[in-house]
Amino acid sequence: MSEAVTGTSRVQRGLAEMLKGGVIMDVVTAEQARIAEDAGAVAVMALERVPADIRAQGGVARMSDPDLIDAIIATVSIPVMAKARIGHLVEAQVLQSLGVDYIDESEVLSPADYVNHIDKRGFEVPFVCGATNLGEALRRITEGAAMIRSKGEAGTGDVSEAVKHIRTIRSQINALASMSKDELYVAAKELQAPYELVAEVAETGALPVVLFTAGGVATPADAALMMQLGADGVFVGSGIFKSGAPARRAAALVKAPAVFDDPAVIAEASRGLGEAMVGINVADLPAPHRLAERGW
Amino acid sequence: MTAAPRIGVLALQGGVREHLDVLRGLGADAAPVRRAQELRGLDGLVIPGGESSVVDKLSRHFGLADPLRAAIAGGLPVYGTCAGLILLADRLEDAAPGQRSFGGLDATVRRNAFGGQRDSFETDLVMPAVSEQPVRAVFIRAPVVLAVGADVEVLGALPDGEIVAVRQGRLLGTSFHPEVTADHRMHAYFLRELVGWRHEGDAHAPGAGR
Repeated sequence: MSEAVTGTSRVQRGLAEMLKGGVIMDVVTAEQARIAEDAGAVAVMALERVPADIRAQGGVARMSDPDLIDAIIATVSIPVMAKARIGHLVEAQVLQSLGVDYIDESEVLSPADYVNHIDKRGFEVPFVCGATNLGEALRRITEGAAMIRSKGEAGTGDVSEAVKHIRTIRSQINALASMSKDELYVAAKELQAPYELVAEVAETGALPVVLFTAGGVATPADAALMMQLGADGVFVGSGIFKSGAPARRAAALVKAPAVFDDPAVIAEASRGLGEAMVGINVADLPAPHRLAERGW
Repeated sequence: MTAAPRIGVLALQGGVREHLDVLRGLGADAAPVRRAQELRGLDGLVIPGGESSVVDKLSRHFGLADPLRAAIAGGLPVYGTCAGLILLADRLEDAAPGQRSFGGLDATVRRNAFGGQRDSFETDLVMPAVSEQPVRAVFIRAPVVLAVGADVEVLGALPDGEIVAVRQGRLLGTSFHPEVTADHRMHAYFLRELVGWRHEGDAHAPGAGR
């Protein structure tokens, strides 16, 4: 019998496969993590401030305090993810040492490196990264990301950017799948991604890793919309704990991905949730304040 | 049975597509199951990996839990991988608050038995009842079987003795995920030994004719 090996691509990508059809919820305290688990979150994302507060308060947003991450890991039995700044390899090393289940190299935090992302291949713990288009997704996968989430515009409660990004990624995949082989070289050049990976996507018609969506999802209908547009699952950031009744909203949101094609069930899940997060229209956000433009 | 068996894959949350692909690749007529009426007419069911506490909640909310229990009690062949094994177990350790299982398998299963994702791994597993060659087994925040009743057959264990594959009559459970590998022998074993499906021309194969 061969030795057991950890951190393989199959093991890293495999956890994301098991999260499919689920809702991953941002939490900033152990108590919120407990509410999320009780509601049926498939995983929690531990961070210091939800994107809506990062946006409101400004300043540099960094990795969470290890005490907070420890407390959340100790509180829940579902997977715990945590965010590192783009390019901040030491924050990622710290998060791995704390025993988080997934690291999100996230544009929601202030970037640490405006040129390079983290070389994710050297880590045992898997990474999820944001993308606004297929080229960005493939570059992150090349660097070792085991899961992709479309970025959306975090902390707004406005789903329009999430829709734009998932539609862009899906339509670029479809375009690749319909190309003849000799067109793929130029496609790879235009996507700024390795030819082998581009050819693989063209062949299979899908990313080689799970594709979730994020940024602005606030209601069960939003979550179901993302699933109908081809997402494997959703991240909900500020949408739950910035709403009037977090536990009820969280429990309603987790039902949507399972029955995303059944409007009667979505209607039922949408009843009596109290106030949704107030929200900001992305169109009103000046360009320098758009988080989705971080990462390259 | 020689016609393609109709196999459902419980599709509330988790690695559904992989199981559908493997089952179809082996010639089964596989379909996702999200509603109680979709359990009707099945020759077998796979409960995939996922987050067991979420599948438990959704199955109760959508009215699938009791029909599933009835189907298991009625002898439906069921294969549970990872979270699926947890959901088949009669007794759970380290369950989420209020978590229940469908039950049927006389075993005690510990959730997240190896620790977090850092401790997830893959290895070769010797399972003589399934195949002469070891099976590549991928464990992702996997459970283990702590104790089994007299009617449960242990199909596979790790070198330190931890039980990771069991069978009790028409119920099969593995801690690992054969659906994320290209190795389809566990699914073939399920279709052959538990569902009782024989390909035409398979009639003289060893073990046939049950």
